[in-house]
Amino acid sequence: MADIIVPALQQAINLITSGDPEVYATVYRTIYVAGLGTLLACLWSIPIAVFLGLYNFRGKWVIKGIFNALMGIPTVALGLLLFLLFSRQGELGFMNLLFTLNGIAIGEAILVTPIIVSFTANALGSADSQLRDLARTLGASGFRTNLTLIRETIWSIVLSLTASFNRCFGELGIASLVGGSILGETRVLTTSIAIWTNFGDFSLAMAYGIILMAIVVVLALIVSLIERLRNEDMGLNRLIFWGGLGGR
Amino acid sequence: MSVRLQLTDIKKTYRAVTALNSVSLDMMGGKIIVLLGANGAGKSTLMRILAGLEDPDSGTIQFNNQTTDAKSIRRVSTLVFQKSVMFSLSVYGNLAYGLKIRGVPEGEISKRIAEALEAVRLSGFEKRRAKKLSGGEQQRVALARAFLLNSNVLLLDEPTANLDPNSAAIIEKAILAKKSSSRIIIMATHNLNQARRMADEIVHIHNGEIVEASAPEDFFENPKSEVTRKFINGELDF
Ligand SMILES: Nc1ncnc2c1ncn2[C@@H]1O[C@H](COP(=O)(O)OP(=O)(O)OP(=O)(O)O)[C@@H](O)[C@H]1O
Ligand SMILES: [Mg+2]
Repeated sequence: MADIIVPALQQAINLITSGDPEVYATVYRTIYVAGLGTLLACLWSIPIAVFLGLYNFRGKWVIKGIFNALMGIPTVALGLLLFLLFSRQGELGFMNLLFTLNGIAIGEAILVTPIIVSFTANALGSADSQLRDLARTLGASGFRTNLTLIRETIWSIVLSLTASFNRCFGELGIASLVGGSILGETRVLTTSIAIWTNFGDFSLAMAYGIILMAIVVVLALIVSLIERLRNEDMGLNRLIFWGGLGGR
Repeated sequence: MSVRLQLTDIKKTYRAVTALNSVSLDMMGGKIIVLLGANGAGKSTLMRILAGLEDPDSGTIQFNNQTTDAKSIRRVSTLVFQKSVMFSLSVYGNLAYGLKIRGVPEGEISKRIAEALEAVRLSGFEKRRAKKLSGGEQQRVALARAFLLNSNVLLLDEPTANLDPNSAAIIEKAILAKKSSSRIIIMATHNLNQARRMADEIVHIHNGEIVEASAPEDFFENPKSEVTRKFINGELDF
């Protein structure tokens, strides 16, 4: 191990400092698919979560259970499914998404939908019913009350988005099957690791692994830094998370 | 314009518990109605119904002689909860919440907030995080938040329960200052002296029923019901 890690670390540092354009492009592509995937997922996941979290209806527990179960969906299974759908003969073949970054991003979005839905719905569902009563007795409409409850649980939502981004970022199945790991086009960090491992260049594979880990760790640190500042200073909280939705 | 709030035959049960059993009341603007009653008597339940946060199982609520539902009673009433609840906002944000909904302009909002904070002796607290305040400070913010909205029906559920004697006296004064012919103030308390000091009418709820409703003098000197007499003397046992 050690005879791989040390040179790998050196190579990782070299890769980063040498300004190898493919390395930067790979990092950029990975951030792009993970970011776009998470954002896309928000489009439908947050409304679903608001509905599941704030409204009661019969059979709600079944739907929540299904989303919980889907959190553990194997990425290769989803990747294969999308590969078939996106391939030229597939139902969605006309969209030309196979072997594209946007294709990967859509796959990632589907992958993290259950994560965002489950975490956000649970956070909203457990938001104090007293907060809802407070908003209503102060005159808030149903819609405004919901906005307020979302704001009150915004931190849990941010954490679920971070978890989703990380899941997209470090996921291999969809990236390789839908993306195809085409050099210079759809290759991302995880597929680089897989490819270089297959080619036997373990230290290069490891170097990519180290870059991936470093980015995940830095992101986690940034999130907890924001959380700390948020706990200490209202102003920053307001600035970062809430322009003006439902309050000040 | 004077306002009127009438309850007829309000019932509310939670599974096996009858929280309110056939409560009828007729209340006029300009008055403070004090609700007395033991723990679990049904005071908070009645408040929540009057705030439009809960539907009664049966019975009607009329505001200005018109039958209303929970949604429309909510437009004219504001409840200050027994246990104060704060949004994760600054004190200013908490106080501004209801005013923003009502479309009050920003400049006006900060002026009114400064006055409201002054009335509960929390001047300069605008920027503090509401959730980090002490229990009594939060309760005073909650009161100021409700006072600001100038609702026709002001519901105060044990507004001075967490306050030191000095603050309680200040809050009592602030509540009295809110008396107006266009406002009915309904207040629950366990403090008999406070009831005597503040009430225009005292309503004694016992096991979800009104057992006595009268002016303070009659209530204390001359209670009609045996339960009320025992309650006043602290002899009520279950
Ligand atoms: N949401 C609820 N679910 C079940 N039971 C409830 C609920 N709310 C109130 N109750 C019951 O209804 C009865 C009346 O409660 P309520 O809170 O109105 O009493 P209260 O007069 O305000 O008492 P306290 O002086 O302790 O505040 C109690 O027996 C209580 O347990
Ligand atoms: Mg109560």
